[in-house]
Amino acid sequence: MTIMTEKTKVEIIIDDVAYQVNADSNLLQECLSLGLDLPYFCWHPCMGSVGACRQCAVKQYRNEDDRDGLLTMACMTPVQPGARISIADPQAVDFRAGVIESLMISHPHDCPVCEEGGECHLQDMTLMSGHNYRRYDKKKVTHRNQYLGPFINHEMNRCITCYRCVRFYSEYAGGVDLAAQAAHHHTYFGRHEEGALESEFSGNLVEVCPTGVFTDRVFSENYTRKWDLQTAPSICTGCGVGCNTAPGERYGELRRIVNRYHGELNGYFICDRGRFGTGYVNHAERLQQPRDGEGNALTADAAAARLREIAGRAIAIGSPRAGNEANHALRKLVGEANFHAGFSAAEQACMDEIAALAADPAFHNPSIREIEQADAVLVLGEDVTNTAPRIALALRQSVRNRAFELADSARIPHWQDAAVREIAQHERSPLYLFASGATRLDDVAEAGVIDTPSGLARNAFALAHRIHADAPAPSGDEEENAARLAKIAEQLSAARRPLIVAGAGSGHADLIRAAGNIARALHKRRGNGERKPVDLCLLAGEVNSLGLHLLASPENSLAAALDKLANGGAENLIVLENDLYRRASHALVDAALNAAKTTVALDLLPNRTTAKADLVLPVTAFSEQQATYVNYEGRAQLAWQVHRNHSAARPAWQWTGDFAHFREALTDCAASAPAMARLAEVLPDTSHLPGGSKLPRQPERYSGRTAMKANLDVHEPKQAQDPDSALAFSMEGVPVRRDATLLASPWAPQWNSNQSISKFQDEINGPLRHGHGGALLLERGTGGAGFYPVPNAGGATGIELTPARQIFGSEELSARSEAIRKRMTDAYVAISPELAAEHGLSHGAAVSVQGEDASVTVLACVRGSMPSGVAALHASDREIDFHGLGARVSLAPAAGDTPAARALDRGLGELIVSDLARGD
Amino acid sequence: MVSNPLTRNIDLSRQPFDLAAYEAVDGYRGLREIARGLEPSDVLDKVRDSGLKGRGGAGFPTGLKWSFVPMGDDAPKQKYFVVNADEMEPGTFKDRLLMEGDPHLLIDGMIIASYAIQANTAYIFLRGEYTESERILRKALAEAHERGYLGNNILDTGFDLDIILHTSAGRYICGEETALLNALEGRRANPRAKPPFPQVSGLWGKPTIVNNVETICNLPGIMAWGNDWYRGLTKGNDHGTKLFGVSGKVRSPGCWELPLGTPIRELMEVYAGGMRDGLELKGFLPGGGSTDFMLPEHLDLNLDYDDIAGAGSRLATGTMIVLDNQTCPVGMIGNLMTFFSHESCGYCTPCRDGLPWVDEIFRAFEAGKGSHRDLAILEEHVDYLGPGKTFCALAPGATAPLGSGLRYFREDFERHISEQRCPYRQ
Repeated sequence: MTIMTEKTKVEIIIDDVAYQVNADSNLLQECLSLGLDLPYFCWHPCMGSVGACRQCAVKQYRNEDDRDGLLTMACMTPVQPGARISIADPQAVDFRAGVIESLMISHPHDCPVCEEGGECHLQDMTLMSGHNYRRYDKKKVTHRNQYLGPFINHEMNRCITCYRCVRFYSEYAGGVDLAAQAAHHHTYFGRHEEGALESEFSGNLVEVCPTGVFTDRVFSENYTRKWDLQTAPSICTGCGVGCNTAPGERYGELRRIVNRYHGELNGYFICDRGRFGTGYVNHAERLQQPRDGEGNALTADAAAARLREIAGRAIAIGSPRAGNEANHALRKLVGEANFHAGFSAAEQACMDEIAALAADPAFHNPSIREIEQADAVLVLGEDVTNTAPRIALALRQSVRNRAFELADSARIPHWQDAAVREIAQHERSPLYLFASGATRLDDVAEAGVIDTPSGLARNAFALAHRIHADAPAPSGDEEENAARLAKIAEQLSAARRPLIVAGAGSGHADLIRAAGNIARALHKRRGNGERKPVDLCLLAGEVNSLGLHLLASPENSLAAALDKLANGGAENLIVLENDLYRRASHALVDAALNAAKTTVALDLLPNRTTAKADLVLPVTAFSEQQATYVNYEGRAQLAWQVHRNHSAARPAWQWTGDFAHFREALTDCAASAPAMARLAEVLPDTSHLPGGSKLPRQPERYSGRTAMKANLDVHEPKQAQDPDSALAFSMEGVPVRRDATLLASPWAPQWNSNQSISKFQDEINGPLRHGHGGALLLERGTGGAGFYPVPNAGGATGIELTPARQIFGSEELSARSEAIRKRMTDAYVAISPELAAEHGLSHGAAVSVQGEDASVTVLACVRGSMPSGVAALHASDREIDFHGLGARVSLAPAAGDTPAARALDRGLGELIVSDLARGD
Repeated sequence: MVSNPLTRNIDLSRQPFDLAAYEAVDGYRGLREIARGLEPSDVLDKVRDSGLKGRGGAGFPTGLKWSFVPMGDDAPKQKYFVVNADEMEPGTFKDRLLMEGDPHLLIDGMIIASYAIQANTAYIFLRGEYTESERILRKALAEAHERGYLGNNILDTGFDLDIILHTSAGRYICGEETALLNALEGRRANPRAKPPFPQVSGLWGKPTIVNNVETICNLPGIMAWGNDWYRGLTKGNDHGTKLFGVSGKVRSPGCWELPLGTPIRELMEVYAGGMRDGLELKGFLPGGGSTDFMLPEHLDLNLDYDDIAGAGSRLATGTMIVLDNQTCPVGMIGNLMTFFSHESCGYCTPCRDGLPWVDEIFRAFEAGKGSHRDLAILEEHVDYLGPGKTFCALAPGATAPLGSGLRYFREDFERHISEQRCPYRQ
């Protein structure tokens, strides 16, 4: 949350025992860091103290001789050297019991039917505070609940008015549509009217709320108690950030996703794509059986034999959404020379630059915790909220560093949340956005640059030149922004910890090269004495984009593969978890697939590529297999298998590889690709496990073991074995709480909710006590490269085509989840009002976008802040030939009554942007 | 010499003095002193030496409060001065008299105070229901602007001051100075944690002083006639005069300016005319709804901060609510509890959820359903809602009449229980 510096420790005395604690903290946080049980509600490790709930009262004594002491709220009391406090003091105990009794006055006691029951902080604190008999016999306050969209249920009657929800939603995450309303004991937390919560982080309300006011609506529809969920440490596969998650399964269905704490990465929060976007795992159309091109089912053995038969004369296309082991096994099967990356041309170009910059010693790719410490940020062309949402949430925190400086000058401790916000008002550390329209970070950003992607690149190259004269300057057509660029250059140069953000989501490698030049210019400005690397955050598009890029040689692009097939350079094709129609022009993919003698597709859901395959091999989803993924930082992380897939689906590496166990696939991958050398470090150290014993995936209280399959067989089935990992599909084994690195679902005595994580941290907000799993793979070289040359402006005319990313809809698999679909827009092209007027288009009307080799019909989305030379196309889940359009397009109104236009029935209502220019 | 500096110009039978009439009776003398070169630190020294204490309820020394504002070249350029005119304390109607009766006295005082802390923007946070005060103040502010006493470079001093009159949207908690600041910023009127104090981080995070109307109305006199005169006004330990009010079943309820240290009996019997025929004094809240009851035996104490504190109560706003022997004390306290529970901002738990329970119990007593069990819960809440337990002083204020009422009128509570009805009701 705040800047990490060497912490000063002081001694305080708690109930006559001396402890060393952090000097710049408050008593509650330090008590919790020490592992002491002190109940609380309104305090949150990431949101600091506000003193609202009064639950953490302790007795504080002036000195050794003071026997009376004074009650004080631990969360609002700064640590003072030599402070003497008591948690056990009878008056403090009484007061805390009184507070919990007050909080429970109107609480409905509906725990048996409440989704929070069993992992409810309110239950835990009620028990801890000793309130177990209701004395209040008057009328309770009741509220009306609201419809808050497909993600979140609202049950206000359970509210204990801790204000955490609005503090997270509005203050931490910048949401504008949830607020505290009314007053006294009628205080109400909701929207101004019913409707879907707009924030991309609304799902965190489920975990921030200490009781069951905000619950996971998707989970509720298919609900299971926490203790009945089988779980394991996992990684979100929604984007390239690699947030740590804990999926929960019961009866073979993936029921929910919750955050899994990682001190360097996601901390306590994940985005709504990550939380609600895994419904595809339970999709009715999941591929379950190998089949041939005619749709005939094959046995696994027959399918495997067929694969081996064609593999010798095959080339392969890997997948950025598949793990390293799957990609490696396929690479090994066909040989390195025949393994291709499977990125689109634009993604490939971006990833090539990202990988090059990732090896440069001048730069450092910051973790989320480090991003939060940046005091001046430039985001270059990447719509971070929609491509790597958790990073956007971190950038929103980075602008608060100015507030902490102001607080320091007024001697206000950083944890005094309301006071820090008050003194800061609208003062922020600078965040500059170079974008082609309004973004969801505009409310915390300074005036940046709005232009077409090529215009942004030009401005960015000019900015690099302004920072350091060695950086090449574009030929001077950036005059209109001269003053602004000068200011940005000055702010970035003056910053203690500047950060440049760009990514593959923009689809423009020039922007990444420009980001490289800016970061290099900043690095060159740094004195020789402190040539620390500059923070350059380059976002890879998908969960394993970077891992895939490390495994495929640069010349083996998707384009090369398609070309080899179409021109007879290869006979057969094996496609790993990749719908090629999303990656290349439909004409090229068709030509290649038609030319291939045999096409094998391994995937988990049917798509346009599997439809054309001669052999389809079903693979397991992320929660049904073990895999490692490399995130944007180059951090390899292990996602454990949570549950089994009972169909014929297998992890792809089992179809294509000869590895007996996952561990062999992983170690072989590590051994065969130099960049993956450290991959094996992600495997847990299980040496402390007594011979052969395992860690349970199921809580000790897991129920139904003997009953849940009794409809099939009354005999208790043998417990499923997991030869691939240190975890067991059982509640038996060594309790997970012994090793925090293997922790999926924290639990500690008296702490059943997610708040129990504090029992596993070194200190509040610190690393887990046994460290975090994962290994940083990338080694920086020794010699830095030079500046990139300024790209050719070129003489191209027409409207620049750029991808428009949406948190809900742009990612292939999450877009097939039921809940996400309810928040998806239809395919659209975002254009400026001028462009719309020029072509006679109004917002929401059908428009034909015409390019080089294709034309597509989508909805026109008119956005007031866009420049006129650009069209931002969002394909949603429509079969749109994005890559067939080429770099420049033209627009024409499309008749509304054609089948193509009529199919666009989802509308644009779910689009949350500030600059919609609704014509109607 | 003037002996009633707060009310000397007030005659409710006519319109209040306009600027010219106010100036004709020594008004705006402080401003002219400033124009002659008086430094802000001189004003501060003078006010500190006067011994003026805040008249809003807490009685904190005004000069001391001002002295916490950062001054000098390193201090933030933007500072604010705010007058708390959100007079909502039950039984209190003294600030209204000042604003309706002599608006220029307040503006005069605000200029002095703003100059002392070098605030260029001042606010009057006015209770929304005080529409007559609003009308009168707006007229007076326009006059002061017209005359050049407000605006830029006032009387060539280089000092700028704008006064903005803000009418509150309501709620008692807005009288709490930090909640007032939040309300003024357009946010929920929840109090703020202290520290940081408003003098360091107040309105919009800038150094801010919040003073009560009556406090500020003391300043013109101090500037005009000096501290020797000011100290001479009192009959007791604290300096100056004060507005004292009496409401309840007395012969002539009202509000009067009296020297501090005047005996309570004199206020009650001479000014308020004693109890109405056939009624006896049973007790009184000396300083508004959030002060402890006092009894007839306390009548010979003086209206002085320390004397009243010695009897376990607070002088607070100095506006007394009288309880007679034919009015049910349980009903009276219950009425206050309804008020306080409704006016809780809802921020901290004991206040938000404790007061409604207390209120419900009083309603049960009224309805003839009183019980010893509930009485014990009331007693618990006196401690549970007391000072140091809650986020601000609202709930501790509510426990003042509750705790003292339970102590002094125990028998009345007991009768409600034993008779299962209100014994005062026919």
